[in-house]
Amino acid sequence: MNVHEYQAKELFRAFGVAVPEGHLATTPAEAEAAAKRLGTPVTVVKAQIHAGGRGKGGGVKLAKSPAEAKQHASDILGMTLVTHQTGPAGKLVRKVYVEAGSDIERELYLALTLDRASEDFAIIASTEGGMDIEEVAERTPEKIHSEFIDPNVGLQGYQVRKVASALGLDKAQTAKLGVFLDGLYTLFTEKDGSLVEINPLVVTADGDLLALDGKLGFDDNALFRRPDIAALRDPEEEDPLERAAKEIDLAYVGLDGDIGCMVNGAGLAMATLDMITVCGGSPANFLDAGGGADKEKVKEAFKLILEDEKVKAILVNIFGGIVRCDLIAEGVVAAADELGVEVPLVVRLQGNAAARGREIMAASGLNITPAETLQEAGEKAVSAARGA
Amino acid sequence: MSILASKNTRLLVQGMGRMGQLHAKLSIEYGTQVVGGVHPGKGGTTLEGIPVFDTVTEAVAETGADASVIFVPPGGAADAILEAADAGLGLTCCITEGIPTFDMARAKRAMRGSGTRLVGPNCPGVVVPEQCRIGIMPAQITKPGPVGVVSRSGTLTYEAVDQLSRLGIGQSTCLGIGGDPVIGTSFVDALTLFEADGETEAVVMIGEIGGSAEEEAARFIQEKMSKPVVAFIAGQNAPPGKRMGHAGAIIAGGKGRASDKMAALEAAGVTLAKSPGEIGQTLAARIR
Repeated sequence: MNVHEYQAKELFRAFGVAVPEGHLATTPAEAEAAAKRLGTPVTVVKAQIHAGGRGKGGGVKLAKSPAEAKQHASDILGMTLVTHQTGPAGKLVRKVYVEAGSDIERELYLALTLDRASEDFAIIASTEGGMDIEEVAERTPEKIHSEFIDPNVGLQGYQVRKVASALGLDKAQTAKLGVFLDGLYTLFTEKDGSLVEINPLVVTADGDLLALDGKLGFDDNALFRRPDIAALRDPEEEDPLERAAKEIDLAYVGLDGDIGCMVNGAGLAMATLDMITVCGGSPANFLDAGGGADKEKVKEAFKLILEDEKVKAILVNIFGGIVRCDLIAEGVVAAADELGVEVPLVVRLQGNAAARGREIMAASGLNITPAETLQEAGEKAVSAARGA
Repeated sequence: MSILASKNTRLLVQGMGRMGQLHAKLSIEYGTQVVGGVHPGKGGTTLEGIPVFDTVTEAVAETGADASVIFVPPGGAADAILEAADAGLGLTCCITEGIPTFDMARAKRAMRGSGTRLVGPNCPGVVVPEQCRIGIMPAQITKPGPVGVVSRSGTLTYEAVDQLSRLGIGQSTCLGIGGDPVIGTSFVDALTLFEADGETEAVVMIGEIGGSAEEEAARFIQEKMSKPVVAFIAGQNAPPGKRMGHAGAIIAGGKGRASDKMAALEAAGVTLAKSPGEIGQTLAARIR
């Protein structure tokens, strides 16, 4: 789960990580008042959406007076911001963060995450702040310093000194980095973070270190024990179908194609998308109905798939391990009947009670095309979508 | 032989809730020696005909168990894994999905140097056909034979095993290593065991997007493996930045793409199944 920049900065502040002063605003008048309260010669008005690249998209603007801050806020609030991370549809801006301008001397990069190869936490630091870090890693890998932290030992002083040295900080700044990193690491471990990215981390003319931006993500699997973090969730930032799926405990990802998919198990669901593509078609979604899929779940999943107007055919692919295919078949029949499914339906049932499941579908009188193998299911779904 | 388990495996079930009891019963029906259950507060009772204990240590002392399967909910699962290691079990297989990443990172570090092998979490378990079922796999689709199967997925493992069995090709051991970012047994670990196993003649490996375990496996296969390997990578059409069901299945920061994994495996001499419908056929063609 990701949070907004202003929420990340509130957490940074609470854990002793230095950030510029700032206030949230939802109207131009609030933005003007916020700029007045800050009282700095320059303020920055920043669109609050869950995506990077806001500056290039026109969502971050400098203001030299409270009146200008008000004007910028009125331009940014309500705009649909398109960046390389939002997709072509963009995201509606509902809030801005008005922040004190900083006198920047150097821009650095700092991140903290789990390194999947070593299974340690890793601090990633670079002197190339303010740039796309993936590009830096590609072109000048020597400018990226990684420091690995044993999760059972925690961040050590020598590691802070190594990072400081890689960033070219002086003695006073190294001490400030120590406080900064201690705070970040504590926040990360106490709140089950998955990624902290500060780009840029700036050194000011006074020699202070400040987190000028803040991207903060949390481990979804740990939210059950972090109610304060779970409360920071902004449903407005989520895709409406993905949000609806989450509420009924289904894993759903919307895609661009026209074949709706309902599968049990994440691996098989990914493979089903691959199968459709191999057969020359294009999937409309990823949907993992889970190991405990039952009649009710199937119906909910169908509703969700049908909300997507692009869908011209639906492929149901179930490999019954523990899940009973006859119960899935009952669910499919009930859903097709009650929801009045009009698009062609291709259903492949395999494994536990599959024969009984096929009988139930054949006896239903509904227009359901059965398929035996994964290959056959893919082919039939693709031709069904073409014919529709 | 087989890897990880056999008909001699003496299995404990940690977490005798609804799932634990159901799968204890199914494993017993398959012929597995399920010798005990562990469920704090239920010690001294009998469930599904199995004696239940409060601690793993106690269960091991009473039953001579050497392996366990874990059905404990996410908040307590890492604790259950460490308890299995503390009791000196040779193998523990954690089925639980949704364990916080920190808990796993810490538990895995703490297990370094212990004699306990962890499989999973977020995995379907291990089946040695006609000998032993640990976890939740539908063991009836397996068939004894010479092919080792290792996968990050659950139902896609069943799909691959089913394709093999329908072609008359049996399996030495079927193993799901789990879909989480931090797991106990990696592809390299499983391949090492299959390479050393006298009964295994070829391996089917099913990877997916996210992380770099497949690239590490490719390096191992190139340098250390003599047996033929066939692979399929799921998620070739997954969009970047989206978590595809499994906590570990995400293309992040340009890393973890299916195309990179496939290129690495192909360069290491692995035969790739072009379609998930052709995993069995690809293996058949490679060994014949």
